[in-house]
Amino acid sequence: MSEAFDASRWRPAPFLPEKEARDGALIFVVAVLCFLACLTAMGVIAASRAAHAWTGQLVGEATVIVRPHGGETPDGAAARAAEVLAGTAGVAEARALEPAKAYDLIRPWLGDVSDIEDLPVPRLVAVTLDPRHPADAPRLKAALAAQNVDATVDDHSLWIKDIRRAGRVVSGLGAGVFLLIAAAAAAVVAFATRAGLAARRDVVEVLHLAGAEDSFIAGLFQARFARVAGQAGLLGAAAAAVLGAGLRVAGGGQGLTPALPFAWSDLLAVIPCPLLAALVAAAAAQVTALRLIREMQ
Amino acid sequence: MSRNPIAAASSRIGEDVVRFDGVSMRYGRGPDVLSDLDFSLAPGSFHFVTGPSGAGKSSLLKLIYLAARPSQGAIHLFGQDVGRAPAGAKPQLRRRIGVVFQDLVLLEHLSAFDNTALPLRIAGGKPADYRTDVAELLAWVGLGARMNAMPPTLAGGERQRLAIARAVVNRPEILLADEPTGNVDHEMAVRIFRLFVELNRLGTTVLIATHDQALISRSGRPVLHLDNGRISRRAAQAVGVS
Repeated sequence: MSEAFDASRWRPAPFLPEKEARDGALIFVVAVLCFLACLTAMGVIAASRAAHAWTGQLVGEATVIVRPHGGETPDGAAARAAEVLAGTAGVAEARALEPAKAYDLIRPWLGDVSDIEDLPVPRLVAVTLDPRHPADAPRLKAALAAQNVDATVDDHSLWIKDIRRAGRVVSGLGAGVFLLIAAAAAAVVAFATRAGLAARRDVVEVLHLAGAEDSFIAGLFQARFARVAGQAGLLGAAAAAVLGAGLRVAGGGQGLTPALPFAWSDLLAVIPCPLLAALVAAAAAQVTALRLIREMQ
Repeated sequence: MSRNPIAAASSRIGEDVVRFDGVSMRYGRGPDVLSDLDFSLAPGSFHFVTGPSGAGKSSLLKLIYLAARPSQGAIHLFGQDVGRAPAGAKPQLRRRIGVVFQDLVLLEHLSAFDNTALPLRIAGGKPADYRTDVAELLAWVGLGARMNAMPPTLAGGERQRLAIARAVVNRPEILLADEPTGNVDHEMAVRIFRLFVELNRLGTTVLIATHDQALISRSGRPVLHLDNGRISRRAAQAVGVS
């Protein structure tokens, strides 16, 4: 052992032991938190995509309800409304729906009524808006009124507002959960740093008396816990990516469900996780270690 | 250190290495463990501090190596009032002090070589600049064949000499030792004492806290006798206590 020692080939050993008995538990807890954070991130991205897609569809369309008046037949009124709307700027297409479609739309609400076709059901006109310069509801209303068509224009703005609000709520909740997880990870690392410093009080004392500055000693613990958290982040991110890929494969072309359409690109959300975990751990360890080291003196 | 493995860095000529002016110390709100101490240690001097258990020997050393603060009075190290020194000055002052603890405080996960090199690494030295010096120092304290050994595998005397090597590797101006011969046999105690004498001969101021009366009387060095936290007058005269 000693005979083989060659000072010229000596390389300094780390000031802190490379492994501690409690590292396993810390890695497990931080990895689980990172796993949850990655799932949250992927879920928020998928939900945002769904909301975006829904609002995109709704923004491009409008529905017009036509009421015949005078001696006009409902079908005639709908055909006239479609003709007026088709010639309006900002409209790509306007199509009067067949009466059967209108009955199909109200049938779920009324049940199986045998003489449903005798009901005075208003006719509908489906409008596809020009995606580059879409007409808004007032313009459509004005065009119809100008041609003496009694109609109500629904540009889906109520739904769009709701979906956008839901999208914002999901994003906000996701950010909140993400911050909560980051705070939990910081607390766990702070606790581990406290335990690590207590267990390595001898090292701190020796380093102090050898002339090490507080920031130098805190930096050792910071680097150590950043490394451990980075490893844990890698494990958590990998597990989340595997699960995300599994859901994508299981969900087929639509992702998991139409409401949560996972895409392969969503897996990229896990990439920053190890770095973020290391940064959160570094900050928590630095603050905790500095405070404790100063208290030790 | 190629000139000499342990020669102390020089202090300013005529400047006391340590000076206590009316220093008292207590732990928390407890009673004074040291009361109204006035003494100074000249550069290159060699002193013992002795007294019964609980007399304040270790506390006195703690004050010098800046591990504790006085509740009253002023401590000057190398001419600098440590109470008025900025917080950032402490590490620099500590680098001029070598300490051998009663319980040695070796880092068990580091080899003898790494333990010894610790102060030089902290001071920012490059391994290539000091590894030969560390090897020479370990050989000088009789651990040339145990450089790669981990502290738990070392015998008591070897651990003691390793602690001394670590304390002097950066050529401190003062070496403090707390009961350095407390856990070794007589023969090893004599060897360790000779080591301190040799260090002192090379310019290091030495202050040893010990119960070992035989060692003190054999050395013929001045003694700072502590009793109930106070320096006794009879012994004080030997070290020029005011």
